[in-house]
Amino acid sequence: MNPSNATPENNATSLADVSTAWPSLEDTLRVLTLRAGFNTNTVVAGATLLGLAAGVVGVFALLRKRSLVTDALSHATLPGIALAFLAATALGYTGRSLPVLLTGAAVTGVAAIACIQLILKHTRLREDAAIGIVLSVSFGAGVVGLSYIQSNAAANAAGLSKFIYGQTAAMSVADATFMGVIAAAAIAAALLLHKEFALVCFNDAFAKVGGWPVAAIDLAMMTLVVLVTVAGLQAVGLILVVALLIIPAVAARFWTQRLSRLLVLAGALGALSGYLGATASALLPRQPAGAVIVLTAGTIFTISMLFAPRRGVIANTARHARLRLRIAGEHLLEAAHDHARDHPHTPHLDRATRYSIARQRGWHPAALAAITALLVARKRLATTRRGLTLTPRGAADGARVRRNHDLWTAYLIKHADVAPNHVDWSVDQVEHVLSTELIAQLEDELQTQPQTETRART
Amino acid sequence: MTPAKAQPRKQPEALSQRPEHSPESPLSVHAVTVAYQRKPVLWDIDYDAPPNKLIAIVGPNGAGKSTLIKACLGLVPRAAGQVEFWGTTYNRARARVGYVPQRESVDWDFPVSALDVVCMGRYRAIGWCRPVTRKHKHAATQCLEQVGMQDLAHRQISQLSGGQQQRVFLARALAQQADLYFMDEPFAGVDAATERAIVAVLRELKEAGKTVIVVHHDLQTVTEYFDEVILLNMRVVAAGPVKRVFTTQNLQNTYGGRLTLLTEAAEALARAEAGTR
Amino acid sequence: MNLSIATDLFPLLAGILAALVCGLLGNFLVLRKLSLMGDAISHSVLPGLVIAFLLTASRNPLPMFIGATIAGVATALLTEAIKRFGKVDPGASMGVVFSILFALGVLLIEQAAARQIDLDADCVLHGQLETLVWYAAPDSINALFSTETLRDVPRQITTLSIALAAALAAILLLFKELRLAAFDPALATALGFNATALHYLLMILVAAATVASFEAVGSILVIAMLVCPAATARLLTDRLPAQLWVSAAAAVAAATLGYLASIAIPAALDKPAVNAAGSMTLAAGAILTAAILISPTHGVLARAIRRQRLARTVAKEDLLATLYRAQENGQHEVTTTLLKAVTGRSLAATIQDAQRQNLLTIHKGNAALTPQGTHAARQLVRKHRLWEHYLVGKAGIAPDHVHDTAERLEHTNIEPATAQSPATDPHGRHIPPPA
Repeated sequence: MNPSNATPENNATSLADVSTAWPSLEDTLRVLTLRAGFNTNTVVAGATLLGLAAGVVGVFALLRKRSLVTDALSHATLPGIALAFLAATALGYTGRSLPVLLTGAAVTGVAAIACIQLILKHTRLREDAAIGIVLSVSFGAGVVGLSYIQSNAAANAAGLSKFIYGQTAAMSVADATFMGVIAAAAIAAALLLHKEFALVCFNDAFAKVGGWPVAAIDLAMMTLVVLVTVAGLQAVGLILVVALLIIPAVAARFWTQRLSRLLVLAGALGALSGYLGATASALLPRQPAGAVIVLTAGTIFTISMLFAPRRGVIANTARHARLRLRIAGEHLLEAAHDHARDHPHTPHLDRATRYSIARQRGWHPAALAAITALLVARKRLATTRRGLTLTPRGAADGARVRRNHDLWTAYLIKHADVAPNHVDWSVDQVEHVLSTELIAQLEDELQTQPQTETRART
Repeated sequence: MTPAKAQPRKQPEALSQRPEHSPESPLSVHAVTVAYQRKPVLWDIDYDAPPNKLIAIVGPNGAGKSTLIKACLGLVPRAAGQVEFWGTTYNRARARVGYVPQRESVDWDFPVSALDVVCMGRYRAIGWCRPVTRKHKHAATQCLEQVGMQDLAHRQISQLSGGQQQRVFLARALAQQADLYFMDEPFAGVDAATERAIVAVLRELKEAGKTVIVVHHDLQTVTEYFDEVILLNMRVVAAGPVKRVFTTQNLQNTYGGRLTLLTEAAEALARAEAGTR
Repeated sequence: MNLSIATDLFPLLAGILAALVCGLLGNFLVLRKLSLMGDAISHSVLPGLVIAFLLTASRNPLPMFIGATIAGVATALLTEAIKRFGKVDPGASMGVVFSILFALGVLLIEQAAARQIDLDADCVLHGQLETLVWYAAPDSINALFSTETLRDVPRQITTLSIALAAALAAILLLFKELRLAAFDPALATALGFNATALHYLLMILVAAATVASFEAVGSILVIAMLVCPAATARLLTDRLPAQLWVSAAAAVAAATLGYLASIAIPAALDKPAVNAAGSMTLAAGAILTAAILISPTHGVLARAIRRQRLARTVAKEDLLATLYRAQENGQHEVTTTLLKAVTGRSLAATIQDAQRQNLLTIHKGNAALTPQGTHAARQLVRKHRLWEHYLVGKAGIAPDHVHDTAERLEHTNIEPATAQSPATDPHGRHIPPPA
């Protein structure tokens, strides 16, 4: 934020003002199908490949619980770039050669990981502090290096700071190819060693006992992360490359629980983010490519987290709500059953009775209405003139729940030495989930018909 | 005595040369001492495991039972002492040793199925970079059958109950096809059905000529399940056949109070050797 | 080195203030293992700042502060939400949240640029200390403290001072609550100090510190100062009040030394100054490294020296004990070649140590104990044999094993006390009486 420019602050336009030059559908399709000219095609292809590699490698980093070490790693590439540039220039070569810079980045990246391990081993500092220290200090060193280069070798240094935010536009074909090669190597290695990686991520003590070189496997894993990070520096910049390593893997986790599918899906989501992001960046030259790619990944993540069928938030909430509704319904049936049993001449539930049940259960009147509506819809209760009555199925259900309740209560009192007035909670929950085997066992245990629970429900 | 670093390494004589340790013994432990900063400590553990027996390690919390297993397996560094397996070092005998770690040592939310976990026991046989073939999956399924989990082979481990998870761990060890098994608290927190299943597997292993060493926490079942017992409380209080060793007196010595002096001294030593004040 | 009030006072002051406010708050982050939350917040306040800037179309600090606070709290909340509802690893949740928010911020900066509003993404990282030039700087120090001068103080310094004041107030007023919540959040809540509220208060303060520091020194310095001074203090002291002071000192030192170095070192090489914020970060790292190495309590060197000293003491004690045992067997002098088998350390050095302390004498290649030496050795042997007695008697270890264990234990200060002093050890040897 540059405070000294004479930009008239009061005339700043609002967000809605400037019209963005949206690309035409034609142009969009051209880029998407890789017909937009060799340069653009290479960039899009490179970004896709990068996303694929980052997704796959990121799965292992996630499972090994090392996601934020990759953040320190990516920040630590900056001093390496600066040093490589200076060294190359001092030796008379061109400093701006991508392989040279990326080698420097890789070297300091690996050194950063080693530093974190050293800090953890020799001091009382914890992992979060170690990562934060290495991240910030190495990045600061990089900034100092860059500023030195910029004020001393300005001509050759243009574009070095683009490694921070990424700039696909400055990517040459050779650069993109180089990046693609690294990404491909990372993917191949991950697939080759995925069994060993999974073993170490899951249970490293078992792996060690089995003779596997856990430290070497960890090192290999981290090397792949370094490769992907370094490959991604030009596309998305070092601050955001960590996003590509984390987000697709986390997003994929919502969709599948099988490692093989997780790897494929994370790769696919990463590739998709790269593909769409690079396309958008090609069509809207104003937008910073790295940010667009990451935001694409972020959108995919949000969709995954909300809408994934089993682990998604919406699915989970719905499932919980359904479960609670079902349990509440069973409680109502049980209460109706008790009521019918105790009042054989007036077995219906009139309003007063229903409200008293609701009060006892702590249900809000609206909840009561929802529960009764559900039970009526499922033909467990029938509406009559004098109130609600149990249908035959409802009566059977109510009796079943009552029986489970009594069985479990008797079991607890007899076998678990639980005081009679303490059994409430566990019985309340358990009576709904007793399996048939367990019920048979309980009946066996108690041998006789269970006593009807005599404790009065006030 | 000088701290470990300063002392010149004498070549230790092979344990089997000593009269009290036999070269046929699956596990020979001699004068093993383990000391680290604040955790359990083991002093001078001596033990020779008879082959083809079910052996329990029993003792109070913090007695070092898990530590002993980990020290034998090299997961925890030894300050002193030697461990041999069938007269050779662990590195040479590794293929014959199986390990069932504690259940909580693992994140059960990991995206693998029960079968995948059991296959991990076969990885050593499969080797680097090679895929898991149908032959190995079949062998793994058989191990799952042995623990009664074949129907749940493709279930995600996050969806298994505690007892089922324990059985998966056991099946994984079986897949290693070892001759000596170490099991760390396999009976902790499992249901009755699982407990029965585990005991059945133990007995099958014994029938097949294997030796099993189990960290066990339930005194009531020691006589019923095991042939031999090691009573451990930072040092071996008593070890041998259950009928001979599992006496009230020995139990009192094991459970009745700590050797606080020894613990304090160990902590002082550990601090001194680390150079902290 | 050419410093002047005009060009250097405000940048230095801004750096010091930013370092101080972050350094103090960082103590609580490090204690609660939340250092990376500080990193996350300093990345994710960017969109908050930019949105506030775009909406109000002004550089008024108040909307920016509000925007940043919202972003900071949102980071903490979203991370929690993803962790809990998505069952995602905590580190990964943080990574997801802050990288998405930062990307959003970068995108918005581009939008702002499109509308000719000047926000430079690079400055976000390392600030623009160099632009805090004071054009109307007074010539003398005395003139600094007039009210006219104070009106000239740049906005960044004022904001930083307010942020620092707020942080100090919070720390002073809520010291015991913050400490309790850091140590035992459950107990804190049980006692009525809502640990969650304190957590979010800390996050808000961090966000505020980040915002205040951004313009001047950029986000790298913020992250570095949130962790490094507090880590330095952790290595130098064990008490929280002392830690606060030490971290403040470390922060100020890092800022000052870093700033001066950014000018002086390049000047020595005849080059223009390098980026000041980056230099301050390096200085913070250097101070931390120094603490890691030379901290008297926890430092690597100190520990190595203590270990070394222990090894020497142990070798010397072993030597004395060997001579004593020989003496017991009737040999009052022992050839030095026999002694070689005993100690792993250089025998000559150990003998020299013992000679210097007047514990033994060497005569014609034979070593013998002096009276003081005999006395010291006797106490050692006494401890050794008492331990053997204890290990066999109380711990039930086999008699042929106890020697090695007792060898280790005899060097501690702990002597096993028994009801009546035993006369002999398990091997039948006499236990010398106490001194």
